[in-house]
Amino acid sequence: MDFDNSQPIYMQIIDEYKKSIIRNELKKGDKIPSQREYAQMVRVNPNTVQRAYREMESMNMVETLRGQGTFIIAGEQMRELMVKDMAGKLMKHFISEMRSLGYEDMVTLDMLKHEFESLEDE
Amino acid sequence: MIDFRNVSKRFGQVIALDNISIDFSQGSITGLFGPNGAGKSTIMKLIAGINYPDQGEVRVDGEFPRAKRQSIAYLPEIDHLYPWWTLKQAANFISTFYQDWDELRYKDLIPFLNLEEQMIMGKISKGQRAKCKLLLVLARKAPYLLLDEPFSGIDLLTREEIADALLRGYREGEQAIIISTHEIDEIESLVDKVAFIDQGRIQLYGDAEQLRMERNKSLVEIMKEVFRYGNQQI
Repeated sequence: MDFDNSQPIYMQIIDEYKKSIIRNELKKGDKIPSQREYAQMVRVNPNTVQRAYREMESMNMVETLRGQGTFIIAGEQMRELMVKDMAGKLMKHFISEMRSLGYEDMVTLDMLKHEFESLEDE
Repeated sequence: MIDFRNVSKRFGQVIALDNISIDFSQGSITGLFGPNGAGKSTIMKLIAGINYPDQGEVRVDGEFPRAKRQSIAYLPEIDHLYPWWTLKQAANFISTFYQDWDELRYKDLIPFLNLEEQMIMGKISKGQRAKCKLLLVLARKAPYLLLDEPFSGIDLLTREEIADALLRGYREGEQAIIISTHEIDEIESLVDKVAFIDQGRIQLYGDAEQLRMERNKSLVEIMKEVFRYGNQQI
């Protein structure tokens, strides 16, 4: 996996897991790699991975069972929240990028409508 | 813990280190970043007990570095292995010197690094030699691992192999690794602590993730910023 080195890596690790859950690639009960395995897989400092896993544990996304490994415990309800959260972030990002390009919000809305229409035509 | 307190070091007219204080503790991988001649190697040599400070103190677990040689695995920047040695001969030599030599780990890392025991140091490529040097320090269970420019002049694939071997051999919580390099890209995600060093001073020290969070910049970008600013002050 390639990380954006200008953002905290532990957050990107959490986001990757969230995306896997959103796409249903990971489901409740699935086992994920141990911290050590994951650190070697993605070539990241083990403390950074530990931080990501701890955070996911405190969010109740995963749980670590002694001697057994780390498992996804996020269910459908949490998945829906993640989808909404991810969509919200995308929207905020989009809006701030459009504003930084100098577009008025109303113009952006118009452009969006046109874009949707042209997508439907395809 | 390795502890530097107000350490200065000169070589003739050249000030290599100018009143630096820093500590390195078990459980972290620290990157010493800075241009050539910044003072990175001098820090390594002081820890390894090869040089002595002119002023200030360097302590390893509270003792003089020379007394703690058995606790320190040092990979120097120079080629220190005899060219007529095979890898096996080099390993035999080093394993008699250090009680913490771990034959199992040594055997495990040879195929992992695509090396062979019969390779002759003077006849292999620079990248292979770099991997041999790394293997010989990783095969020790030393609590302190010093890697001075382990990536310099080495191709990208070999750099990745080195990074992988480093993580494979790393013992979390028990080991402190210090890596000096002027090429941060390779190990940007491997380090959790960074010290940017220039002109014998620590210009910035911190937690890698914290720095990314505060500045929205990669360590490479932060280094450029720090050194540009540092140079303007002169």
